Amino acid sequence: MVLKKLFSKTEEKFFHSNTLQNNERHLGDYIFHNVTRLFAFFVLGLMLVMFLELFIESLPSINKFGLSFITSSEWNPVKDKYGALPFIFGTVYSSILALMIALPLSIGVAVFLTEVAPTWLEQPVSILVELLAAIPSIVYGLFGIFVLAPFLKNVVEPFLQTHFGFLPFFKGSFYGFGMLSAALILSIMILPIITSISRDVMKAIPDSLREGAYALGATKWETIKIVLISSRSGVLGATLLGFGRAIGETMAVTMVIGNRPEISLSLFDAGHTMASVLANEFTEATSSLYVSSLMEIGLLFFLITIIINSIARLIVNNVTKKYGKIA
Amino acid sequence: MNSLTKTETIEKTTKPELKEKMSVKYLCAYFGDVQALSTVSMSIYKKRVLAIIGPSGCGKSTFIRCLNRMHEVVGGEYVGEIKLDDVDIKKFNSVILRRKVGMVFQKPNPFPTMSVFDNVVAGLKLNGFRNKSKLKEIAEDCLKKVALWDEVKDSLNKAGTSLSGGQQQRLCIARTIAVEPEVILMDEPASALDPISTAKIEELIFDLRKNYTIVIVTHNMQQAARVSDFTAFLYMGKLVEYNKTKKLFISPTEKRTEDYIAGRFG
Repeated sequence: MVLKKLFSKTEEKFFHSNTLQNNERHLGDYIFHNVTRLFAFFVLGLMLVMFLELFIESLPSINKFGLSFITSSEWNPVKDKYGALPFIFGTVYSSILALMIALPLSIGVAVFLTEVAPTWLEQPVSILVELLAAIPSIVYGLFGIFVLAPFLKNVVEPFLQTHFGFLPFFKGSFYGFGMLSAALILSIMILPIITSISRDVMKAIPDSLREGAYALGATKWETIKIVLISSRSGVLGATLLGFGRAIGETMAVTMVIGNRPEISLSLFDAGHTMASVLANEFTEATSSLYVSSLMEIGLLFFLITIIINSIARLIVNNVTKKYGKIA
Repeated sequence: MNSLTKTETIEKTTKPELKEKMSVKYLCAYFGDVQALSTVSMSIYKKRVLAIIGPSGCGKSTFIRCLNRMHEVVGGEYVGEIKLDDVDIKKFNSVILRRKVGMVFQKPNPFPTMSVFDNVVAGLKLNGFRNKSKLKEIAEDCLKKVALWDEVKDSLNKAGTSLSGGQQQRLCIARTIAVEPEVILMDEPASALDPISTAKIEELIFDLRKNYTIVIVTHNMQQAARVSDFTAFLYMGKLVEYNKTKKLFISPTEKRTEDYIAGRFG
């Protein structure tokens, strides 16, 4: 009888906890609940404030240039004329180039780690790859300036020009600094994220699938092909995340890309990215329209990175969920 | 006793002669330091169904995995001798062996990114088979053999994983027979399925026996009794008894077999 009473009491407490009985324990719960909620909304609020601030600050530039801000390639602080096309181009071009280099490498490493490597080797290699992401980007920049750029200038670029100079990608004079060095540095920097997510996605593919392939008489390579096909959407997500990182990378790129607002297909030419123009020019922005234009670049940049990263996250989450259920 | 001998004579007259398709001698299998099987020997007869029964962990799955060297995929090793048509299976390239000795798994595992059609012909495509009209013919034939054709003929381009569990398992069997194996290994093919799907799979096994040699691992003794010609009882990695299914179930010679069949342990 006593037990029953006790039980019904606790039960009552449990079911009425939402209706705020002024009981000490409930008060604690209430405070905790709301404080954590506050923290969570604080993050959202922060993003909203940043967005609004960027938007308001860039209004003068938006009013003055309208759409031509995105389509014009003239960036002339002296005449107070601003067009962001070279930066958008530079950002996208350098990132795509970086992806073209990093993607095959990353998939190769991920396949090696999940399908080929013996267990004792898998862990150390994974950790090493992930450590690449821990190196500060200024160190990559330094490496780019003092090691990569001279090497490109003296060895790689002369070679490319003499043998493939007929292609538009290898025309013009070369200095070591430019798209090529930026793309190479970027590719090293995005390698870890693409590799580790691709690896996780491939690991999430259930073994029953590999066994199914083996039992049909598939060779190791054919089995890997089936794993690759099955993990393609996850790898796509990883690629987009890498793309997002490449777009947002500032320091190392600024140090090696040459910082000239030009639009050129040649990998030897200097370029400029949205991130590097912001890093370079915020101190020199004297006129209010100049500041406003930089703000508009910031706004565009903010939107692009958020969109790309959200899409990538969605894809990656979907894939892991799907295979999580099967496994 | 009398009726038993009668059925035996009927069997002998209606079926082709017993021929040994695979033979296993003194098979001991290991996973690292763990011994999963010790000195198992038996014959697997052509165009007959052999059921392997025994409690969980007795080495049933290891045994049939050794038969097409799928144990290597999960890091196992064996000593002893397994022969397919009098040739040691270690002499085969594992890829070629597995095309001759196909396998169906406990959980249906159609390739998730492939359509029903592509799943059936996946093995053929791996073998470099590209002729489209021929592939279609084979796919239809295989799907008819597993009695799935009528259910999926309008949805061949749907994802293989969109089918029901029982259909998926029949799809996996179709995929296996598409590469024309000589032996089909089935590792508890119906244990993840509902009774109706199970009955369909059992019927299918009965039909497939006309053309293939089948080894089936099962937890379900009624299933073993229904579908198989021979039954082997494994216990703790050892072969306890091997006999014609009817004999083994009606008059087992070993006490442990009798106890297991009667449900006194396991």
